[in-house]
Amino acid sequence: MSRPDVSPSQPLIGGDAAPDGIPASSARHGLAAEANAPSREADALAQRGANRSEFGRAWRRFKRYRPALAGLVFLVVLVTVALLADVVAPYDPLVPEPRLRGDAPSREHLLGNDSIGRDILSRLLYGARIALVVGLGASAIAVVIGVAIGAAAGYFGGLVDQVLSRVIDTLMAFPTLALLVTLAAVLEPSLRNVVIAIGATTWSSYARVVRADVLSLRQRDFVSAARAAGASDTRIIARHILPNVVGPVIVLITLGIGGIIILESALSFLGIGLDPSEPSWGGMLNDGRAYIRRYPHIAIVPGVLIALTVLAFNLLGDGLRDALDPRQRS
Amino acid sequence: MLRYVAGRLLQGVAVIFLVSFATFGIMQLAPGSPIDLLIGEGGRVNQAQIDAIERKWGLDQPWHRQYLTWLGNVAQGDFGRSVLRTGTPVSDMLLEAAPITLRLNGLALLLSTAIAVPVGILAATRRYSLFDYASMLLATLGVALPGFWVALMAILLFSQELGWVPPYGTQGWRAYLLPVGVLAFQETAILARLTRGATSEVLSQDYVNTARAKGLTDRAVLGRHIVRNALLPIVTVLGYRLAFILSGTIVVETIFAWGGLGGLFIDSVLNLDYQVVQAIVLLLATVVVVGNLLTDLAYAVIDPRIRLK
Repeated sequence: MSRPDVSPSQPLIGGDAAPDGIPASSARHGLAAEANAPSREADALAQRGANRSEFGRAWRRFKRYRPALAGLVFLVVLVTVALLADVVAPYDPLVPEPRLRGDAPSREHLLGNDSIGRDILSRLLYGARIALVVGLGASAIAVVIGVAIGAAAGYFGGLVDQVLSRVIDTLMAFPTLALLVTLAAVLEPSLRNVVIAIGATTWSSYARVVRADVLSLRQRDFVSAARAAGASDTRIIARHILPNVVGPVIVLITLGIGGIIILESALSFLGIGLDPSEPSWGGMLNDGRAYIRRYPHIAIVPGVLIALTVLAFNLLGDGLRDALDPRQRS
Repeated sequence: MLRYVAGRLLQGVAVIFLVSFATFGIMQLAPGSPIDLLIGEGGRVNQAQIDAIERKWGLDQPWHRQYLTWLGNVAQGDFGRSVLRTGTPVSDMLLEAAPITLRLNGLALLLSTAIAVPVGILAATRRYSLFDYASMLLATLGVALPGFWVALMAILLFSQELGWVPPYGTQGWRAYLLPVGVLAFQETAILARLTRGATSEVLSQDYVNTARAKGLTDRAVLGRHIVRNALLPIVTVLGYRLAFILSGTIVVETIFAWGGLGGLFIDSVLNLDYQVVQAIVLLLATVVVVGNLLTDLAYAVIDPRIRLK
């Protein structure tokens, strides 16, 4: 089995393009459909059995790729820490201690203090919450928009497809950060608005993949059968087509979260993201940048943590692609 | 072919309109106005004076009217004036900033291509070798590291500790090393992975076996059959790389205080200097559209299968 080399890679600061080297039109052939779609309406018991063995096979394929397991373990730890931040953080992440400004790591403050004396370790731990909330929240918005637009374009074709495809291509080819910065600058700087702004600018990869998949799925016999049976367009899309794109979309989400986390930190780093008091990893880097000469320790650890988190999501995504995306199966 | 190019050009123009219209709309959502910033807090200006300023800049018109006026001016080569830098023509600002960005991004694109393509091909042809593992490990890391953090660490090491390069600015060739290096870094990682993938795919094709079977040397197989085919997907992504590297330039120019388009863009967005933002976005959109068009044409030139269709 070949390793996935041509991956939708993580951009410098996020979601621009997924240069997977395959022209959009021929990108996929909806092989996900092979998995279980035709048996969708089949005997419930038999289907459950099929699904279980499908899941079992996917899990076996996933386990074979060690780095993905490592990524999964790291993320489980990160999620736990984020959930338990109140318990595990040694100090309040928001309260400054003026007398400890820029203090180097010590026994009391393991990673030192930032430029106004807040405990860096505690801020990092709470920062995991922000990173995960932004990553998951923005992905959710991007998935909803992208799947809806991609499905509409692929299913209805014709003029609808032409117009929507143009919009998708434009968004893919345009520097995401430029758009995001503009949007973030006009919105109030809050967690909710950052999530919305990122979600609204990163949906194009979902739309592209879903469109290509739907384009080939709608030709399939089971769709014709559903149509002959009198199902409406909405029903056909929701019940017969979309279940078949779940696999590729899950893979894309995992590979995309890293890019989104980098986008959020880039925004906060530029000072247009979250309020500077919020313990966002990017915001901490901004603080570190301002004091890079005097207190270089401030800038180091947040960057390492961002990189590890992004790496973990990317490795997990690679593993999931092997497991869930039948194109990679040998 | 001509028909195809004409069609693509038309689509490109539509895309540019779409982008400029969207930006104009977004900027209308902004809570404040540039006049507030211009006056400052507690400025002693009465309503009549504000109205006069608004009339002068056309800010009293409904926004669709403003958009049309702006479009008409742009068509005549007038990009308006910066409200913030009272009255400097935006086109002057662009002409000053664009060459800086062009140099930075051009060098970074060249550098990353020059490194990534050979590394990717070598890694694919020596699959599972130490070189393959090492370069792909580096590439995987490179993709995950946030560019602005790499920039900070580079400043810390090469400027602060070693004193080899200035931490910011554009003076002298040494000042180019860090910004170009940082901008090319991630680009190289992505492109190397892509090249390796494309090359491995070609390696498993029947025509490669055929070429070997008929007794061609490894070098001939590589040059004539593998590289030429592997280059196709690499050329296709050039358009995306452009978008990607332009995103990167915003951050890199801000960190290294380069007065290019990226730095100017952030300044203008933060100060709600609409005319400047609009003009830069329009310029970016044009660059992206032209870049993608050239990519498609290059693709047709390289691949006879597309040309002959």
